[in-house]
Amino acid sequence: MDWVGAVVQGILLGGQYALLACGLSLVFGVMRIVNLAHGVLAVAAAYVVLWLTVEVSLPLLLGVVVVVPLFAALGYALQRGLLNRALRQGELSPLLVSFGIGVVLTNLLQETFSADTRSIAIGDLGTAGVSVGPLTVGVFALVTCAAGVGVIAAVQLFLARTRTGRAMRATSDDPETAQLMGIDQRHLYGLATAIAVGTVALAGAFVGMSTQFSPTYGDLVLIFAFEAVIIGGLGSLWGTLWGGLVLGVAQTVGSQLDPAYGVLAGHVVFLLVLLVRPSGLMPRTVTA
Amino acid sequence: MSALLEVAGLDVHHGDLQALHGLELSVSAGETLAVIGANGAGKTTLLRAVAGSLPVSAGRVVLDGEPVEHLPAHQRVALGIALTPEGRRIFPSLDVEENLLVGAYRARRGPWDLASVYDLFPLVSDRRARSGAHLSGGEQQAVAIGRALMSNPRLLLLDEVSLGLAPVVVGEIYAALPRIVERGTTVLVVEQDLDQALGCADRVQCLLEGRTVLEGPAGSLSRDDVTAAYFGI
Repeated sequence: MDWVGAVVQGILLGGQYALLACGLSLVFGVMRIVNLAHGVLAVAAAYVVLWLTVEVSLPLLLGVVVVVPLFAALGYALQRGLLNRALRQGELSPLLVSFGIGVVLTNLLQETFSADTRSIAIGDLGTAGVSVGPLTVGVFALVTCAAGVGVIAAVQLFLARTRTGRAMRATSDDPETAQLMGIDQRHLYGLATAIAVGTVALAGAFVGMSTQFSPTYGDLVLIFAFEAVIIGGLGSLWGTLWGGLVLGVAQTVGSQLDPAYGVLAGHVVFLLVLLVRPSGLMPRTVTA
Repeated sequence: MSALLEVAGLDVHHGDLQALHGLELSVSAGETLAVIGANGAGKTTLLRAVAGSLPVSAGRVVLDGEPVEHLPAHQRVALGIALTPEGRRIFPSLDVEENLLVGAYRARRGPWDLASVYDLFPLVSDRRARSGAHLSGGEQQAVAIGRALMSNPRLLLLDEVSLGLAPVVVGEIYAALPRIVERGTTVLVVEQDLDQALGCADRVQCLLEGRTVLEGPAGSLSRDDVTAAYFGI
């Protein structure tokens, strides 16, 4: 019963990881950029939600609704202003630029909000549970997981069915030929990063509600998101969902063995996947 | 006749190497021009410079009176220039129909849509659900031309249609050309195969090492003249 519970908790946690990793996976799939600022952006979004709810006294839901388009716009600006320029300098530049953005943002958060750990208050939602058979499952964890699955499905649907999504996949295949189709890749890359940063802002809000965070918490977020992407297979969003679930279950089952082993178990599974199936569980299904 | 495409004094460099030397070229609306020449004559470079994939060092590219040489490739598509690139460059992770739809990303108004492209190339229609990664050379070429047509170009640039294809397949694809022209598209084709070039074009321009060495109506040029110009004898 405890083991079943651990697996269920792991799946719910995995939904949160998938939500965190979705944007990282998309940006890599479309542009081959590994965005090292991804985790800090999530934490920054958590701080903005905290500020909106505490200082501006917005209702929590409204704070989240505001932060997602705000960060999407920030993502578009980052891509058009910095990363597109870096992309022209070769493959290493965007990596370094995103690393720089991450460092600057972390320090900015420390200056503004101090290094103290904070948390976004969600009241009764944090302790509410529903009974599923013999198990009691947290309502908030269920909501988070549903958001993760929903966001990944929505982005996948966008890529598969819409005109802009098709153009993104074409650009991912062959940017030069895509330009010959009338596609402006600078704008398209901006849109991809807008989606990525918008979704990671939502993920960051959930992280902020579920745990204590500080400005440097982004490092851990980045590692978990990165592991989910690699376990699932680079460039595949469904793979990222599976990767998140595998990582979540590995961590909760590890914790069940010994509370100190949770995070470690996740890393071990990540390394095992790299050893046994370096291309991941579901490599390159859609986003090239 | 007004010139739809006017290329004047065009210089293009690949690094230190100059690929085109002050090239002059003009295509009238409704006309089909074949640019021929051996490997390295600058034919593909010319098409890429007109489409905007390559920067020009000097000279002008004018589409229907409007200079376009400073515009990026994606904006030239909106003005009516479409290129089927060398090597076809089908998007491998998209299926055939999606490839065609991407071609219509910035489509102008005109006669070409999925239905008319499928009508032109029944072969493509049969393969519409197939992945772009699993097409034969002929299928790729037909999809590439259909994809370019989806933008309803005024000027269609065809690069090396016959390259690497069986003669039967080349014949089938060239058979579609008159139907493209009669719907109002002007065609500039680059070709190594002399027979195909002389057969499909109204006019032929032969390049050698980045310069024009022979030019004239396809009917008026003798094969010997063309061969001599082609090899620079």
